[in-house]
Amino acid sequence: MSWMHWTGPTAGFFISIALILAGMSVWQYFSPSIERKGFLPISTTRGDRLFIGLLTSAFIHLAFIGVTELHVLVATAVSVVWMIILMRWG
Amino acid sequence: MNKIENNKAWFFVIPVFVVVAFSAVIPLMTVVNYSVQDIFGSDSAFWTGTEWYKETLRDPGLQAALLRQFAFSFTVLAIEVPLGIGIALLMPRKGWAASAALVLVAMPLLIPLNVVGTIWQIMARTDIGLLGWTLSGLGVDYSINGDAVDAWATIILMDVWHWTPLIALLSYSGLRAIPEAYYQAARIDRASRWAVFRYIQLPKLTNVLVIGVLLRFMDSFMIYAEPFVLTGGGPGSSTTFLSQTLTTIAVSQRDLGPGGAFSIIYFLIILAVSWLFYTFIMNAQKDKSAQQ
Repeated sequence: MSWMHWTGPTAGFFISIALILAGMSVWQYFSPSIERKGFLPISTTRGDRLFIGLLTSAFIHLAFIGVTELHVLVATAVSVVWMIILMRWG
Repeated sequence: MNKIENNKAWFFVIPVFVVVAFSAVIPLMTVVNYSVQDIFGSDSAFWTGTEWYKETLRDPGLQAALLRQFAFSFTVLAIEVPLGIGIALLMPRKGWAASAALVLVAMPLLIPLNVVGTIWQIMARTDIGLLGWTLSGLGVDYSINGDAVDAWATIILMDVWHWTPLIALLSYSGLRAIPEAYYQAARIDRASRWAVFRYIQLPKLTNVLVIGVLLRFMDSFMIYAEPFVLTGGGPGSSTTFLSQTLTTIAVSQRDLGPGGAFSIIYFLIILAVSWLFYTFIMNAQKDKSAQQ
């Protein structure tokens, strides 16, 4: 695996994505998601909201890196809060 | 919802899953790994964190390339989609003429990308090219190597020539799939030609147009060979689009770190825009069927 130049943080990132996906699958199995309409303009399922959350989180990180001098973990914290809001009320 | 779900069919997806993992997911993970390091060789790499992303996002040259790319993609979409639908509406419905029209329309799609670039490069020459010679004969000061507007117009014309047939063929197949009963009902109602198009043909075309718009957006956003052969990105950098900029960084200069960061940003933009297109069009359709 050395050709992929693994590092601790990237490994951690992909492991957490895999865990989130696995967790969502288990959650879906025990209590299937119902499509509903929150503050987003479209009605979404749990998986839709996760996808929207991950994609917007990526752009939140890019915005923080591109525009501000703040540490990247600030962007991560903002993303986590955004993710919770989106999953709960989106 | 009292449906009993049986998820065993998902096991049939495993082969596809493995193929996609090797063809897409693992290379993507590799690019993420490259983008956070400065790599000099197979055994010397240094952790740089978000440094390459910062550099990429703040590079005025790359920002300009991104804006050019959006301008190009939306221009070709705005021309190709209505034009393709128009051509599909005009194409004969049956008989030998239908087959002949299909072959003629499909012709540009069969030509390899760099050959398309070469054809138009020769066509745009003012000494021997049909387009360039005619324009200069008419007194137009035309030069794709000297004038940015000329270069832009030629590239857009080339893309329209090459890819409008795709939209036309998709729309044509969509039109042929509409049952005759709809047209009969329209005739009974004495619907105008416009009403038939607006309320029968266009709604029935939505699905193929979603595919067409997505394909054309992604393809035009990744365009490389055609402008590279036609103008080489010039004059200056006025027609240097994202993929050409990326190739310069990642292949010519072998800067794997910045190349990786650039690729990830590029990928995220394509993913976001494609998702927005898809969701928007699919939801517009859902709302409409809910109203009926």
